[in-house]
Amino acid sequence: MKVVIIKYNAGNIQSVLFALERIGVKAIVTDNAEEINTADKVIFPGVGEASSAMQYLKERKLDQVIISLQQPVLGICLGMQLLCSHSEEADTTCLNVFEKVKVRKFIAPNNELKIPQIGWNTISHLRSNLFNNIPENSFCYFVHGYYAEETLEKISTTNYIQTYSSALQHNNFYGVQFHPEKSAKVGEQLLKNFLAL
Amino acid sequence: MLTKRIIPCLDIKDGRTVKGTNFIALRDAGDPVELAMRYCEEGADELVFLDITATTEKRKTLAKLVREIATHINIPFTVGGGIHTIEDVSLLLEHGADKISINTSAVNNPILIDQLSRNFGSQCIVVAVDTKRINNRWTVVTHGGRNPTDRITSEWAKEITARGAGEILLTSMENDGTKSGFAIDITNEIATSVSIPVIASGGAGTMEHFSAIFQHGKADAALAASIFHFKEIHIPDLKNYLFENKIPVRC
Repeated sequence: MKVVIIKYNAGNIQSVLFALERIGVKAIVTDNAEEINTADKVIFPGVGEASSAMQYLKERKLDQVIISLQQPVLGICLGMQLLCSHSEEADTTCLNVFEKVKVRKFIAPNNELKIPQIGWNTISHLRSNLFNNIPENSFCYFVHGYYAEETLEKISTTNYIQTYSSALQHNNFYGVQFHPEKSAKVGEQLLKNFLAL
Repeated sequence: MLTKRIIPCLDIKDGRTVKGTNFIALRDAGDPVELAMRYCEEGADELVFLDITATTEKRKTLAKLVREIATHINIPFTVGGGIHTIEDVSLLLEHGADKISINTSAVNNPILIDQLSRNFGSQCIVVAVDTKRINNRWTVVTHGGRNPTDRITSEWAKEITARGAGEILLTSMENDGTKSGFAIDITNEIATSVSIPVIASGGAGTMEHFSAIFQHGKADAALAASIFHFKEIHIPDLKNYLFENKIPVRC
């Protein structure tokens, strides 16, 4: 099985590579369209800023490559947000795979609720093969200052300040706001589930 | 619900984990990768690795050790010690660190915080603040508490937040190594006055100390070293204790 991690100007690509290695999968990190198109599974990771990431993808025409993929695609964190329609982060038009889903900025009512959300929170209302053998209310590791609003395409929800979509699915495209590569055994199970799709 | 984090800290010297009192009189606490894996299994929420010799001896943190840790553990970890430049950070992140921590270099050159958060994102920049009461004011100190600065801790915390730090790791050098409890007053003051998470460090000796720093100190995370290394507190027992005391934790 050929697993490709899309290389772009976002952080934490190495962590995804190491996490796959831990479950015995050797992935290729590349920005080559041919390599991405011929993969069995594509992972679109990322920690970073939305507008500069979108600009980078457009300059290399990776935006067109990503939206036309037919095989299972997993967006992680910023990767998931870029698959939405629009992000409030620098007013960025995104890839619109998760049509009409808007990414909004957390607004904290006081200093006791910190932004970004950093740490372990639960995922609920799980509704996808991506969550096979993962119990309701499992803990996952989150680091983010923006969130995808609740939508029909949600396959899990999380609550921080308000309830939001912590995972989304549309056809072959999956997105998770948390970091499976850093979410201990739950995250490993999710990566295995994705590779088994 | 977002949970409070328990973070074991591994102080590294020459590739081994060590722990001393107030950063001197070091005792050997074992192989860092082995310890890290044990903490993962036990339910630690994150790990911090500090190369404690790096600042004083001007030695770079070993990227090789970071790679070794990254390939073995499945929770986030922070690496600190002797980080001065964008290149230092690049190297550590490329080798698999999730976050880096800067301390003395931020005090000496605050603009480094802006540069690092712009280049790598706030989420991976932890600014460590060592503090001590001097003339009854919590003051920023460096070099393991040996060098006082003219910065007031609460003002420095606000400045580093404004400069784009993602988290503050606050260590009371008075409490560090004493096992007499965290410094609740300064932690509460900082945690309630900045918008970014605060990790409390220094002084953990009992499970009650952890519940106090979360309930009264308003810390988002608590860090400790020797009590975990020498198995005085077992992480699953600590989590159970906190859960029973109505503190949200990942069990």
